[in-house]
Amino acid sequence: MTTHHVQFVPGSEFKRRAAAVVADPFLRKSFRGAMDFLMMKRAAQFPDPELLERQRTLAEHIRRYSLSRLPELLERLEANLQKNGVQVHWAETPDEANAIILDICRRHDAKLMVKGKSMVSEEVELNHAMAAAGVDALESDMGEYIVQLAGEKPSHIIMPAIHKTKQQIAELFAEKVPGVAYTDDVDALIQIGRQVLRRKFMEAEVGLSGVNFAVAETGTLCLVENEGNGRMCTTVPDVHIAITGIEKVVEKLEHVVPLFGLLTRSATGQAISTYFNVITGPRKPGEKDGPREMHLVLVDNGRSQAYADEQLRQTLQCIRCGACMNHCPVYTRIGGHAYGTTYPGPIGKIVSPHMLGLGATHVLPGASTLCGACGEVCPVKIPIPDLLIRLREEATHEAKPGHAPLAGQGAGKTALAALAFKGFAFLYGRPALYRAFAWAATRFRFLTPGSQAGWTKSRTPLKPAAKSLRELLAERRNARN
Amino acid sequence: MSTRENIFRKLRAASATTLPSPDAAIAAHYASLPRTAKDRLAQEFAEKIAAWHAEVHAVPRKAWVEKLKEVVAAKGIATLLYAPATAHGQALAAAGVSGLKPYDKPIDGWKQELFENVDAAITRTRGAIAETGTLIVWPDADEPRLMSLVPPIHVALVDADAVVPTLYDAIVQQGWSAGLPTNALLITGPSKTADIQQTLAYGAHGPKELVVLLLTGEDAQ
Repeated sequence: MTTHHVQFVPGSEFKRRAAAVVADPFLRKSFRGAMDFLMMKRAAQFPDPELLERQRTLAEHIRRYSLSRLPELLERLEANLQKNGVQVHWAETPDEANAIILDICRRHDAKLMVKGKSMVSEEVELNHAMAAAGVDALESDMGEYIVQLAGEKPSHIIMPAIHKTKQQIAELFAEKVPGVAYTDDVDALIQIGRQVLRRKFMEAEVGLSGVNFAVAETGTLCLVENEGNGRMCTTVPDVHIAITGIEKVVEKLEHVVPLFGLLTRSATGQAISTYFNVITGPRKPGEKDGPREMHLVLVDNGRSQAYADEQLRQTLQCIRCGACMNHCPVYTRIGGHAYGTTYPGPIGKIVSPHMLGLGATHVLPGASTLCGACGEVCPVKIPIPDLLIRLREEATHEAKPGHAPLAGQGAGKTALAALAFKGFAFLYGRPALYRAFAWAATRFRFLTPGSQAGWTKSRTPLKPAAKSLRELLAERRNARN
Repeated sequence: MSTRENIFRKLRAASATTLPSPDAAIAAHYASLPRTAKDRLAQEFAEKIAAWHAEVHAVPRKAWVEKLKEVVAAKGIATLLYAPATAHGQALAAAGVSGLKPYDKPIDGWKQELFENVDAAITRTRGAIAETGTLIVWPDADEPRLMSLVPPIHVALVDADAVVPTLYDAIVQQGWSAGLPTNALLITGPSKTADIQQTLAYGAHGPKELVVLLLTGEDAQ
């Protein structure tokens, strides 16, 4: 049994990692089974396609409206949170976000931070930064806890440990949790996690959480979860720090309802999650529990680059349900780790270039069959295939006049591809030359090399047909006459 | 330039035309959905939350304390956390339910006791949602937030007349936006997870059991 220790890794390694997973029948079976299960559960929640279409249109409307007023809504969110006693911080980069959080921990002399599920904290590699500064950041979502114990990264944004079997988790617990004997009974494993983490909730000075929806009008943070660890993190420690992306804000509480309804149904096929945690401030005088201090860290990290362009802005409509990866034929075959980015799958391919630059991610938009499943299931109608095509173009060309270049613009350009396209244009722009080429290619097809650069690594060689299309058509015409 | 100003400068530089508000479309959407008849709401809620693995007892309003005593005995609850300053808390104390423990001081001094020595807690609810089988829990200074989270069993009192069709109805009818507590909660069943091989397990971090006492009928009954 192999353990994959995954850090952020360059895109150039993507193909190698993908090939390794494709060759691993065990992982293939894990992901296939899990994705089939999640697709079936989601489908059962949407028996009426016409109603689903109406819900998606409404959700898209809400997200697009919110983004159209983003600067104003962020200002209102900040003002209302402050009125409610929440301290608001802004971070342009992962380093800034980590520094803000570390500073809060230091002021409270914190040794232990318990964490609810937060993809943005993964995005800024918070755990790593905290560990380097002597703060133990402990994941408390069961899946995240397992992944952290194994020294890995989540392979799915909703089900982080989807790549592991219960036997692997049983071995991991027996090895890493003191006093635990091997058991692969799922209930027993969950109870082990519960016991370990309950002690930590009591001890931790700081609790960290993500945010699913931030409501500008009321200064409210909404969190969606099943386990209750999110509530523990936001309620038990003296300090609660929430971290989220600047795109998560909506205007009103009413706007959350359709989004919440689609989020849980699209993600895990649940009509609703066990908990919907609606937080509007720290403990008030006279209250007996809840954090005494509350912070929100709003992270940009490339989101403003996506925002600057009307088409790319649609990336920010995402509510992080994971349905696009559950339905992706590529994700199902290569799993979440191959991508090497925090967000895997189709959404990862369109959001990561803004976070990490096209230099590190230009191969990702290409790793798609453009089958369209991701766009079809997206509850907020992000046209993911269109955005993939757009990013492929940005990765291989200079910025269009009047457009600011994206980070890493043109990083995927290669001399060979440029030459090939130049040659193609030259040939196809000159009819006489083209005919001569077609004649030669069909007559001398036996000279075609068997090894054709990268193409034949996993494909059969390209070979011209014995006759060109023109010749075939001419023959047909003659036969008829 | 500060980080905040920098972010706002970039966002404001983008050309974004404000789109029409979705308010009317949201209202129209929920109005277009089939409505459960008012007299069926409590039953729909009970069926739905039972499907989420909650134990539901419909009980006449006057008889809930007796039903609670049965639950306490049946589950062997030795310590039952309650809110002494609430009306239902006073009813419990007056009825002499065994093992009552008041949540009457800040958590800071007795965190470990709450985590390790309390078997169950009983709370009221602000209402419930029929569509999804969901409790609306509205903690306050008298009945704090941890009551519905830390003890292994959560007993919730739901008034059958306070069941609304959808979350949207609850937010609009009850005017949530005008006065949210520091922490409002929707609770749909006991704590659960499917993080290990998509196998459902209950009692992940929160309560392992959720017991709903659905208060029905006229007082005269």
